[in-house]
Amino acid sequence: MKARVFAWLLLAALAAPVRADDTMPPAPYAYRQLADPRAEAKAEALMETLRCLVCQSQSIADSDAPIAGDMRNQVRLRIARGEDPEEIRAWLVQRYGDYVTYAPRMTRLTWPLFAAPLGLLALAAVLLRRRFTGGRAA
Amino acid sequence: MSEPAASAWRTARWALWLPLVLFALFVALVLGGLLRPENRDIPSRMIGQPMPAFALRAAVPDRPGLARGDLADGRAHLVNIFASWCIPCGVEAPQIAQLAAQGAIIDGIAIRDHPEDLAQYLARNGDPYQRIGADDISAVQLAIGSSGVPETFIVDGKGIIRYQHIGDIRPEEVPMILARLKDAS
Amino acid sequence: MLAEFGLAALWLAAALAALQLLGGAMAVRDPDNALGAAVRPVAVVQGLLVAIAFAALVALFGQTDLSVKLVAENSHSAKPLIYKLAGTWGNHEGSMLLWVTVMGLAGGFVALVERRLPEATMRATLAGQAFVSLGFYGFLLFASNPFARLSPPPAEGQGLNPLLQDPGLAFHPPTLYLGYVGLSIAFSFAIGALVTREVGPAFARTMRPWVLGAWIFLTLGITAGSYWAYYDLGWGGWWFWDPVENASLMPWLAATALLHSCSVLAARNALRAWTVMLGVVAFSMSMIGTFLVRSGILTSVHAFAVDPRRGTFILALLAINIGSALVLFALRAATVTEGERFAVTSREGALVFNNVMLSSILGIVLIGTLYPLFTEAFGEKVSVGPPYFNPMTAIFVVPMLLVLAVGPLLRWRRDRLARVQLSLLPPLVVSAGALVAVLALGVRPGLPMVGLVLAPGLAVASMMPLRGRHLRRLPLAVWGMVVAHAGIAVALFGMACDSAFSTEKLVAAHIGDVVAVGPWQVTLSGIEPVAGANWTALEGELLVRYEGGDAIRMTPQARSFWAPPQNTTVSALHTRWNGQLYTVLGEETEDGRWQLRLWWKPFVPLIWGGGFLVALGGVLALAGRVLADLRRIVVRDKIAWRRLRQGRRA
Repeated sequence: MKARVFAWLLLAALAAPVRADDTMPPAPYAYRQLADPRAEAKAEALMETLRCLVCQSQSIADSDAPIAGDMRNQVRLRIARGEDPEEIRAWLVQRYGDYVTYAPRMTRLTWPLFAAPLGLLALAAVLLRRRFTGGRAA
Repeated sequence: MSEPAASAWRTARWALWLPLVLFALFVALVLGGLLRPENRDIPSRMIGQPMPAFALRAAVPDRPGLARGDLADGRAHLVNIFASWCIPCGVEAPQIAQLAAQGAIIDGIAIRDHPEDLAQYLARNGDPYQRIGADDISAVQLAIGSSGVPETFIVDGKGIIRYQHIGDIRPEEVPMILARLKDAS
Repeated sequence: MLAEFGLAALWLAAALAALQLLGGAMAVRDPDNALGAAVRPVAVVQGLLVAIAFAALVALFGQTDLSVKLVAENSHSAKPLIYKLAGTWGNHEGSMLLWVTVMGLAGGFVALVERRLPEATMRATLAGQAFVSLGFYGFLLFASNPFARLSPPPAEGQGLNPLLQDPGLAFHPPTLYLGYVGLSIAFSFAIGALVTREVGPAFARTMRPWVLGAWIFLTLGITAGSYWAYYDLGWGGWWFWDPVENASLMPWLAATALLHSCSVLAARNALRAWTVMLGVVAFSMSMIGTFLVRSGILTSVHAFAVDPRRGTFILALLAINIGSALVLFALRAATVTEGERFAVTSREGALVFNNVMLSSILGIVLIGTLYPLFTEAFGEKVSVGPPYFNPMTAIFVVPMLLVLAVGPLLRWRRDRLARVQLSLLPPLVVSAGALVAVLALGVRPGLPMVGLVLAPGLAVASMMPLRGRHLRRLPLAVWGMVVAHAGIAVALFGMACDSAFSTEKLVAAHIGDVVAVGPWQVTLSGIEPVAGANWTALEGELLVRYEGGDAIRMTPQARSFWAPPQNTTVSALHTRWNGQLYTVLGEETEDGRWQLRLWWKPFVPLIWGGGFLVALGGVLALAGRVLADLRRIVVRDKIAWRRLRQGRRA
């Protein structure tokens, strides 16, 4: 499966922790949905924005890597327990840092990301300010 | 190109150099990225934090499992996260044995492993572990911010995580690990 | 022999590119220079030679000549012929050779047919093309020779990445490359125009069809690439904001902006410096994209042939090429006035708005893609993904789509909204209807809802320029615009439907079990081993019924390749008019059940259908422009011929 292949390629290239395939069955909720469709939708939405740590740029919702399955299991169980998706995200960020979430938080280092749209609009305004004839003039 | 002065207008001069400046920034950025040694490790943020509560069942029948309480016993522990199916774990096994021989208390967390495979692995690679807990769904791994095998954590006598070693421990790293263990006790 | 022949052709082509650059440069200083006259023929021959070199490499792959290092490392004798040939560009050296081949052929083609610009500008343009090509020739010849021999030859090759062994994916890279590299022509035209300061409507009219051609290939490449990622990755996603995807989107955004600014420049002699800038930016984005993909500096699911050392080389190349172009721009553009002014409510006004929005989206995608690199310089790793890109690009996409509905109805120079309000009524009514329907269906507020409301109105609005026009006399270019804009609406509808209405089912099923997903009943009726030329697989047999109708057989596979050893899933898809059923066979569970992943995705094929409509619009516009040009040439020749005859009679 693609995810596993790429994880394998990545790790092989590193010569650091190589993860051969284990033969254990996946975690209970790795490939199983929650019975409550609303809870499952919540879990799904969260999983799509969490990064699989050993893959090359894939969310845990799109990966066959065992640890991605274990993370899905955690997410589904916690959602079923009634935890808020953002709490779960914060729990993971507390452990792995911002790398684990595809939704960047606003921090000292990331505020320019969120200022970018405003900056671009301002730049466009400056460059364009003389490009139009004013109102009915000209 | 001649234009009637009334309708002709120019872009401000600074704006013309803007693309070049932005491009230079881009080149500097990616050059920095290319020159930086590649590092795909994802360090745990749990260093300095207490070990989260957990209790793992025994991974092999002849040894107790592992729980948070076992670690906070006043002595520093080395918690080795490993698996029988993981090739570098076998590579680092002699170093783990060496650490044990020099007095380190070593506990294991076996990730997604069968007891029979594990017993075989221990018979083949040496068995320095005091306790081995079985983590079949990477629950403890996720709780302490570990993202692969092998990884080794130093937990001090109060149960605080002091150090994370990502990847296999190489022979030349053994003294460093021992020193850190000493610091933690 | 063939390898040496190919290498010789490559060297000759490189030498001719040097001559082309020299001749062009001389011609700029002295228009009567003898070398200047040689630039066009040299460009044509250079194109032919590099094409011959590429053909030689394709032939080597076709006969699996294992004494050639590249073939031994990337091919295998037991592979179907089509994948042997596709192996030519499925690696670093081959894809770089494809790159210069497209550049050489495009340059040669321009040299052969383009007669609208002053000769001096043409020569400067071809010199620019040669300048960029030379860097890539040097790269190939000195650092990544595709024809290097291996001695002794191995008994068998190492094979091609199985993921690339797919009929669609085999031709995906060349399609995208035709787009990427086709934009080099826009770059060179911009250089040529800056050198001779000839930036005007003629420049825009000359550049437009070439940009259009490249843009069509880019559109097709991205559309097809997205579809292949959709069925290949096996998780039902079609766009991940992955760095490699972004790398292909950025040149497309720049080229789309360029197409629209070309229209303003051609029709109204305005946006001169801006259009030149976009010409430079579009190809720069192609090179930056190639660099990002090839250097492996950003991790990607779609990464292949990654090599950081070569990344440094490509970075040096693009620094030289883009850097010098931008210096030239800064120095020369100051002497290029921006041309005519215009009112906000006018066709130009709308097109400028479109340009600002497209450029801003480009900016967001670029910043978001590169940001992790930036924070890593400070020792922090972050990930920027869909939760950032979706809303941030929507800030610009939504206003742009609103203006797209109005812009084509406006007149050039100055117009009043009151004049077109009658044409805006039908789209507004349709969108209002869509809003009611969406609310009735209980779609939650969010971007998918915006898309569902906007798309139908936009589809109607894109047809409004046809109102009151004589359809048979309407220029093809207008048809092209209408079709492309409608394509955007169609794709948007597909995207919104996928987000709002898709249902997913993950189950472990025994053979004989029936699973419901959306309106479908899926029965797992069996698992069989099957074998192909270089793989074996477990094939699941699914019998699927839509709302209790006739059973349709679907066969998803879990495939194992043996050269090189690798496992992939092959999803099975069933398409109906109103959506697609997507099935994946997973692993066997301990109790003998089989993991199935099933999705019912209403209207999802419209995403790619819309993409192809956009490309079709491009084809119509291109055909319209080319036919008009040909007609003009025919008329001109007729007049010349008549004059000649009259002269003779006199």
